[in-house]
Amino acid sequence: MSEVLAIETRELSKRFGAVRANDGISLQVGKGTVHGIVGENGAGKSTLLKMLFGFYTPDSGDVLVQGEHVSFVNPADAMARGVGMVHQHFMLVEPFTVLENIILGAETSSKLDEAKEDARKALIELEEKFGFDLPLDEPVENLAVGVRQRAEILKALYKGAEILILDEPTAVLTPQECEQLFELVKLLREQGKTVLFVTHKLHEIMATTDDVTVIRAGKVVARRKTSETSCEELAELMVGAKVVREVARESHGATAARLSLHQVNACNDQGHAALKNVSLDVHDGEVLGIAGVAGNGQTELLEVVTGLRGIASGSISFSGDVVATDSITTDPITLRRMGMAHVAEDRLKTGVVESMSAKENIILGYQREPDFVSRGVLKLKHIAQKAADYFESQDVRPRNPNLEIGSFSGGNQQKVVIAREIARDPQLMVIGQPTRGVDIGAVTKIHDQITELRNAGKAMLVVSADLDELLAISDRIAVMCEGEITGVLPVEDADEKTLGLLMAGGSLDNVTAKEEE
Amino acid sequence: MAAGAKKLPFWADAILLPALNLLAAFLVSGIVIWALGEDPFLALSLLIDGAFGFEEAISYTFYYATNFIFTGLAVSIAFHAGHFNIGGEGQAMLGGLGLTLAVFLFSGLSPFLAVIMAIIGAALFGAAWAYVPAYLQAKRGSHIVITTIMFNFIASSLLAYLLVGPLQRPGGQMPESADFPEGASLMPLHEIFGMFGKTFEDGPMNVSLIIALLCAVGVWFLLWRTRFGYELRVVGQNPNAAAFAGVSVSKMTIIAMMISGALAGMMGLNELLGQQHRLLGGFTLGYGFVGIAVAFMGRNHPVGIILAALLFGALYQGGAELAFEMPTITRDLIIMIQGLVILFAGALEHLFRDPVTKIFTKIQTTKEGAA
Amino acid sequence: MEFFADLVLLTDSTFRIATPLVLTALAGLVCERGGVVDIGLEGKMLASAFAAAASAAVTGSPWAGMAAGIGASILLALLHGYVSISQRGNQIVSGMAINIAVAGLAPTLANFWFQKGGQTPLLGDEARFSTITFPFAESLADVPVIGALYSEILSGHNIITYMTIVIVPLVAWMLYKTRFGLRLRAVGENPEAVDTAGISVTLLRYQAMVIAGVLCGLAGTVLSTGLGAGFIRDMSAGKGYLALAAMIFGKWKPVPTLLACLLFGFVDALQGRLQGVALPLIGEIPVQFTIMLPYVLTVIILAGFVGKIQAPRASGIPYEKDH
Repeated sequence: MSEVLAIETRELSKRFGAVRANDGISLQVGKGTVHGIVGENGAGKSTLLKMLFGFYTPDSGDVLVQGEHVSFVNPADAMARGVGMVHQHFMLVEPFTVLENIILGAETSSKLDEAKEDARKALIELEEKFGFDLPLDEPVENLAVGVRQRAEILKALYKGAEILILDEPTAVLTPQECEQLFELVKLLREQGKTVLFVTHKLHEIMATTDDVTVIRAGKVVARRKTSETSCEELAELMVGAKVVREVARESHGATAARLSLHQVNACNDQGHAALKNVSLDVHDGEVLGIAGVAGNGQTELLEVVTGLRGIASGSISFSGDVVATDSITTDPITLRRMGMAHVAEDRLKTGVVESMSAKENIILGYQREPDFVSRGVLKLKHIAQKAADYFESQDVRPRNPNLEIGSFSGGNQQKVVIAREIARDPQLMVIGQPTRGVDIGAVTKIHDQITELRNAGKAMLVVSADLDELLAISDRIAVMCEGEITGVLPVEDADEKTLGLLMAGGSLDNVTAKEEE
Repeated sequence: MAAGAKKLPFWADAILLPALNLLAAFLVSGIVIWALGEDPFLALSLLIDGAFGFEEAISYTFYYATNFIFTGLAVSIAFHAGHFNIGGEGQAMLGGLGLTLAVFLFSGLSPFLAVIMAIIGAALFGAAWAYVPAYLQAKRGSHIVITTIMFNFIASSLLAYLLVGPLQRPGGQMPESADFPEGASLMPLHEIFGMFGKTFEDGPMNVSLIIALLCAVGVWFLLWRTRFGYELRVVGQNPNAAAFAGVSVSKMTIIAMMISGALAGMMGLNELLGQQHRLLGGFTLGYGFVGIAVAFMGRNHPVGIILAALLFGALYQGGAELAFEMPTITRDLIIMIQGLVILFAGALEHLFRDPVTKIFTKIQTTKEGAA
Repeated sequence: MEFFADLVLLTDSTFRIATPLVLTALAGLVCERGGVVDIGLEGKMLASAFAAAASAAVTGSPWAGMAAGIGASILLALLHGYVSISQRGNQIVSGMAINIAVAGLAPTLANFWFQKGGQTPLLGDEARFSTITFPFAESLADVPVIGALYSEILSGHNIITYMTIVIVPLVAWMLYKTRFGLRLRAVGENPEAVDTAGISVTLLRYQAMVIAGVLCGLAGTVLSTGLGAGFIRDMSAGKGYLALAAMIFGKWKPVPTLLACLLFGFVDALQGRLQGVALPLIGEIPVQFTIMLPYVLTVIILAGFVGKIQAPRASGIPYEKDH
């Protein structure tokens, strides 16, 4: 390549213990281009980025920025060379204002007020150039996710970033916010910035980038010009085998509602309304998918259904029995006994006890069932036997239930959790983020399993932030925005655009109206 | 995947690391002793001899260890439920009060009944004193570390008041109660040994030791063999997962703290019912705090706690002998050594764990490489 | 008029008693704002009380005492910092350990150096921070109201109390008006954000520890060389814990923390005044109950008025880079 490279790495390697996270990665990013990096979860993208940003130091290999050898010891070094990064989890101090967050670490004066005024002047110019309009004096905790992301980008620009690394930037955005982001990325390129766009969503690569590098298992497996490749090719390269995905879905006749929510209102932990007049039915033999941008009430919905949160008004009935009203809450143990299973959306935070063995985790939630305990004493032998069975049937690796659950990979943890939840032949499965943090091989298996259960006549309620996933497995999709159900539609009628409008708070009426225009 | 995720073999975790921590604490203590102008090695040999050199010393060592088993178990059970019970001191004082009241109430009926009721009274009052901070933590979110500390001060004042007021020995001047009636006591072990024809020098070690050991077995069984213990540990390690599993975190907090308080309260069995035969102001002498060191040193496992309690018992008894032999070394110095043990065993565990883990990983990799 | 005199005296002792509390609470505040929980304030205070008294006793200068007191406190703060920041140890255990070790070490050293059963010798006036009388305080004392206010409440405190009056706004200014303060608050909320901004989390937290050390050192110094005249065993008597409670009550903010400390100081002053006084209806309250008052108040405040308020989000959690 003869063009000037903004970033180049040569044979970059990093290992953690026995794991080679990056194994001789060579990357060339042309100046003023948008360069995509794709790879599965765990392919080594994050490690690469962290080395480019000075968070990790490489074991071997070279990094060149604007043609010069660099060795970053910390992020400050990287920023001094014009490398800025927008992390997947925003690096923002919540109670601070946008302005305070932007100047943190780049204050022009030791007196805070002076530093703020200096920055304010500089930011007006920057905002104009890149079309930002941020509430500089608003605490970040009051802002929507998309706005926070723009604050992060502005922060990097303020600190003199010429090269901007965006790590999975769309994970938390609505489709419309994504579009805005893509626009911004184009604008950045027009203004001469270089953008490294890291994602595992292929259509985003196709929509935004000039070049793309595919990473698998710590190695570069392909470099392409975006214009000369396709989603299908990239997918194959990412996974290493042709992806064939077709799950036979049997059709059922109409059945009675297994789970029914009627005008449910509930508050979140801060006491604000999180669910507003939510009414939903889930029938036997169907998968009802819940779509929405994270934080729009999906978590609370899962919680009220599974007995973890009380409701302020309305009612929930399960298998014909009323299980929740403003004065009734049914505890999770009773609900499980009634035939409800729950795969928690945040596995490590809620679904397992990380520091306990897999064996101890297989009784979580079922620790009072008579086959696991008699007269208050645990039946350890039986529990060990069950654990071994689960490991066998789900093909969990390594095949040792005595290891701490936290030491298994995300996919294997999820297999253990699913084995635990389906063991008692539940009538309703409530599943949050079925494949979050799960490698692609296991994703397929989990999707198949969900479909099998559906085909077996179980009612399934699935919340996911991944629209592709919901489109693949659901019979109907309900969309949530700010605690309300903005629409429920059969999967045949659902496409990304319609769902996106509903996720942004539109209603089905004006969606159709728009289409008619 | 962070480096060092590999686990150590059991023996390294359970024996090697505590030994290294202890060694470090002793090293620093040795330097202080040396700075005070005494020979640390002589001090150590005097300490060991004072703790184990003769039968009476052994009796004292086990006598102190009994206190520490109770308070160590108390700290550990709260810890397994995710809480720091720094209120062992106050709970022990109240336990002593409950015990005393039971003794005076029931000894008229029968000394045996009085002893049984005293055990119950000690546990009940200790539990009750832990209930309030636990309730406030569970329902109001008041920081339990601070409230239990406050409850220590309050207990101390309360006891002081009672012992110069309503409970004071009639006509007495000291802050202490009247002597317990004859028979309302726990038998010294040397008398029991005597019954089996084995002579052992007189000493304070008494039946409380056996009660403490039974409590240790009970705690072990409760934590690792019962559903309740499982739920308790789930609450301690992941409150969200506990709620997910249908366990009430606040209820468990309260119950675990009350068990903890009951165990701390039973420390009075040894001190009062076994040895002093009256209630004394400030009889707890910081043993409640030592429980923190014992629990951490013993990795919060009953077996470890028993061993750590024995270590601290030896430190106390040997230290007392040492103070007798070396005038510059006082009981205060023993308190400092405790502080250092807590520091090294409880807070500085990475100091040795990380290098030791590194060494083990290296050995393992070379082994794998060779194979 | 007698009531007014009582009130003046109470206010006067409130200021005196609150001085070490305010300093210690601010020390805790700076630590926690930086993300380190310091339950070892008690031990630091005790250590500096001893160091100050010992040094003042030997040199005859309270300033040498202050230097020693601050020095001892900084050393312990750095130890706590090493455990909490560099070793990522349990911060509560570390604090307790320091408290216990100091409770043992201070009397041991006192006994070794002075052979007075774990105390330092009584300090003469020249070796103490004695009270400063403002000009004309004595002549104005008899002027009604204003005289009492001036000569009793404003005048007649030791220098550290006056320093404290300056230190409170100083800490507030540092926290909210300086670059350092911005970074310190950030590191207590989201250390990762600070790290990625290219600022050293470790250095910031150590700086917080040193500041806390200085403040705690002053608190200890005032205990043994200002309010008292020498070191006695356990003389901190739980003030470190009360200060922590005051800090929580003050929602980790300097001025509300000051007010909370004044409340505690007032209650303590009140309990001193109540001793041996027969109250209408109740009669004389036993001294042990009046001594309990600040502790009971702490529990009530923590239970009733505070509830669940947001502590700095990262406080008490060691910062680990590898995630």
